[in-house]
Amino acid sequence: MEFFISTLLFGISVGGQYALIAIGYTMVYGILRLINFAHGDVFMVAGLMGIYLTSSLGAYLSPTTILVSLILVLVLTVLLGFLIERVAYKPLRTAPRMSVMISAIGVSYLLQNTATYVTGGQPMTYPAIPFLSDTITVAGTPIKWVVILTPFLVVILVVALTQLINHTKVGMAMRAVAKDFETSQLMGIKINSVISTTFVIGSALAALGSMLYFTTYQAVTPTAGAMPGLKAFVAAVFGGIGSIPGAVIGAFLIGICENFVKVLPFEGATTFVDAFTFALLIIVLVFKPTGLFGEKATDKV
Amino acid sequence: MAENILRLEDVTMQFGGVVAVNNLSLEVNRGEIVALIGPNGAGKTTAFNCVTGVYEPTNGRVSLAGEVIVENHPQGKMKAMYQGENNGKYTGVVRLTPDQITRKGIARTFQNIRLFGALTVFENVLVAKHMRAKQNFLTATFRLNRAEEKRMREESMALLEEQGLAHLKDEVASSLPYGLQRRLEIARALATDPKLLLLDEPAAGMNPQETQELTDFIRQIRTEYDLSVFMIEHHMDLVMQISDRIYVLDFGRLISQGTPEVVQNDQRVIDAYLGVADDAED
Amino acid sequence: MIQTKKNKTGAFLGLVAAVVVLALVVVLENTLPSTSQLFIVLKKGAVYSLVAVSMNLLNGFTGLFSLGQAGFMLLGAYTYAILTVPVAQKDTVYYLYGGSALNFSLPDLFGGVDTPQGLILGVALAILLAGCVAALFAWLIGLPVLRLKSDYLAIATLGFAEIIRAIFQWQALGPVTNGANMITQIPTFTSFNIKNADGEVILRLSAFVPFLVAILCIAVIVMLINSSYGRAFKAIREDEIAAEAMGINLAKHKMLSFCISSFFAGVGGALFAMYASNAQAKVYTSTMTYEILLIVVIGGIGSVSGSCIATFLYVAASEWWLRFLDSEMWIFGVKVPFLRTGFRMVVFSIIIMIVVLFFRRGLMGDKELPDLFRPRPKKTARKAGEHNG
Repeated sequence: MEFFISTLLFGISVGGQYALIAIGYTMVYGILRLINFAHGDVFMVAGLMGIYLTSSLGAYLSPTTILVSLILVLVLTVLLGFLIERVAYKPLRTAPRMSVMISAIGVSYLLQNTATYVTGGQPMTYPAIPFLSDTITVAGTPIKWVVILTPFLVVILVVALTQLINHTKVGMAMRAVAKDFETSQLMGIKINSVISTTFVIGSALAALGSMLYFTTYQAVTPTAGAMPGLKAFVAAVFGGIGSIPGAVIGAFLIGICENFVKVLPFEGATTFVDAFTFALLIIVLVFKPTGLFGEKATDKV
Repeated sequence: MAENILRLEDVTMQFGGVVAVNNLSLEVNRGEIVALIGPNGAGKTTAFNCVTGVYEPTNGRVSLAGEVIVENHPQGKMKAMYQGENNGKYTGVVRLTPDQITRKGIARTFQNIRLFGALTVFENVLVAKHMRAKQNFLTATFRLNRAEEKRMREESMALLEEQGLAHLKDEVASSLPYGLQRRLEIARALATDPKLLLLDEPAAGMNPQETQELTDFIRQIRTEYDLSVFMIEHHMDLVMQISDRIYVLDFGRLISQGTPEVVQNDQRVIDAYLGVADDAED
Repeated sequence: MIQTKKNKTGAFLGLVAAVVVLALVVVLENTLPSTSQLFIVLKKGAVYSLVAVSMNLLNGFTGLFSLGQAGFMLLGAYTYAILTVPVAQKDTVYYLYGGSALNFSLPDLFGGVDTPQGLILGVALAILLAGCVAALFAWLIGLPVLRLKSDYLAIATLGFAEIIRAIFQWQALGPVTNGANMITQIPTFTSFNIKNADGEVILRLSAFVPFLVAILCIAVIVMLINSSYGRAFKAIREDEIAAEAMGINLAKHKMLSFCISSFFAGVGGALFAMYASNAQAKVYTSTMTYEILLIVVIGGIGSVSGSCIATFLYVAASEWWLRFLDSEMWIFGVKVPFLRTGFRMVVFSIIIMIVVLFFRRGLMGDKELPDLFRPRPKKTARKAGEHNG
């Protein structure tokens, strides 16, 4: 029972972290129909920035330096996301869809290779964040506060985000662009600023996600963003890509399931943690070809 | 009675709670040109899609030269939601895919032209010859049956010559002007060796002179290829000139049928069109 | 007819080009020192060309966006490796599992890897089976996933590749797949170098072999693309609904394209195992698929020659031309900044980004190499047509 509770808690927490990344994927897809392959790497870069900023701001880690550096991480990640969109995606607005995606793969390459160059390919250790890294004992297992807090934080952020999208002007513009790119342009919506806003929100959530995720799993490598990124994308597809609630629910489901697979009592179960996620995805897609909450695509004849 | 080539019996198409085609029964006889007209949104294209297998009708039956090609009755969730008539009259389910129906002998064109844009004019027609070719991917890849490929090419070329498109054969289809694209789409449909040709608004976007050319063209291919033609059209000049019989659809229901004279003088038709006069293009 | 005549001269030119390339490879290999980076580029380039063209068949010509290529390569690589480890070596390779569950090896059936017929027949058969296994799996996975549209298909095939990778690393299958360890001791490209009685190499064929196989396979793919089936694939790419209305069975043709593409990806995987001298599941990641997709798009979606050219440029730039960036360099006693391990890949990714941003349709667009030498069609015909319409 104790085992069950701790597995569940870990699952929910990882799921929440995936959810924060998945929102970035699903929002960008909703608006640009682009699988932003670089998003997982933005997440990784945020992790690396966390390490470098905390270590450069102070020889010893006081709560203030950490707080300042985390805010800086947030700002810089947002800037990175904004710049990526402006430099790598905006010039290709009229190009075939495939070119933009390749550009995303190119950015992903660039970020990974730059990270390898800067770190020398060695895994870096994420600093302990006061309070979040402290442990408490739940049901007999020591657990970091971050594990407990993540789901609450995610829920608050998602509620705030849906409020933003449903009740503000920029949110309305986002919904309009997602529904019909060309028409909303004709209606005078400033498409570029809407897209930039989307990337800013996505990157900010990825930065937050990186702080929570790397506090739990402290090793940051240049490819550390690839798997969480892919899982988050799977979560987005799972829930029906383009739908924010879908992505969040998908992410929680995947996080919980994979933590239970990890502890399954057969030899080599850990090998199948990632494979399981994909198997689940394929099964869902076979029965619901556009995900759990995705809009049904129809061809007009 | 003339031998009928296409026969729709009580075809009903319901999307969710909306009945797009309601209890439609009609016939096209061998060698006839029959038009399906009606205001916008009357369900004409939906009816076409039910015939060609793009949609699966909720209820009813479609047969081609006496052979049932589509049959369905309300099932599953639709059982409770069904709003049409003749529930229970049909029990069988025949569900051919569009390519199987084309193979049986129905060819079609589309309301918004759907050519293979990046392929050449010649290739567009050649693609239509693919389904009847005696070959498999190995014999085709390793050129084991050159006679077959040669035959396909010759037939396609002959067809392009007949349609007056031969000089454009190496042009990319999407680069053709609109009128020629329409013509190529019909040529491509003819290349499938159909018994029945479905034309979805063939004169859309054409000026009066082009429309007149098209009228002659449709008559000409009917005789040359021994075809029956079933078409949706808004240009009344064309429809009245060319059709042997006309069916009029409004809100998914058949409101009138008969020769052009009969339909023209039918008060229900006049009402239907006057009610939405802005939408009637002629 | 003009069209067929053009095809015939095209086929003849292709044949001549292939023979010239093969002869050139043999000459280069036997004159230049075998340590030259050029040979890594040639071997890897030949293998990647085949995989890139196979991916182009699916993504570029049939319009099916699939990201499973690395998975099918893995299947090919493992099939090849499992079938060719010499019986005598099995206990060493599979030492963790107390030997292999399979007690035969294809080259051994024909007299062993040391005899010419054993090597050639065994390897050829293993490569063929590698393709067949990949195609068989493609068929199995294709049944449920080929109904999916664009990005959903992409993610499902990507997921499939990841599942395959996990299965091949599973301990329980160790006696066959060697678990998470690599399968070694397999016949490689260098096994084809001809040696004299003293064991000295008298004729190097280690780059010739991958070129020969790749050229044969690419030739088959080109012939398929130019056949009636190739036209049907292109029709599906252009407009699925219209293709279906022309009597093309979508499910059948998509499956055909998927299986054929996977067959050649499997063959490519077998060649990659020969190139790397081992089969190891952790190499065939989604990153590898992205790399190949990158090559396909840089070369031009729907251009076979574009894929081949892009492959060699890509491999040469990453493995050879930019090597100097990885080591420190001093010019007139001044240390050039930035140069150290890893810088090569940073510069390489920047080059890739520039190419992607400035060559939107890839290097070749959807044109083939011979098209560049043909006179451009006159625009006047089209203008005249516009007046008519």
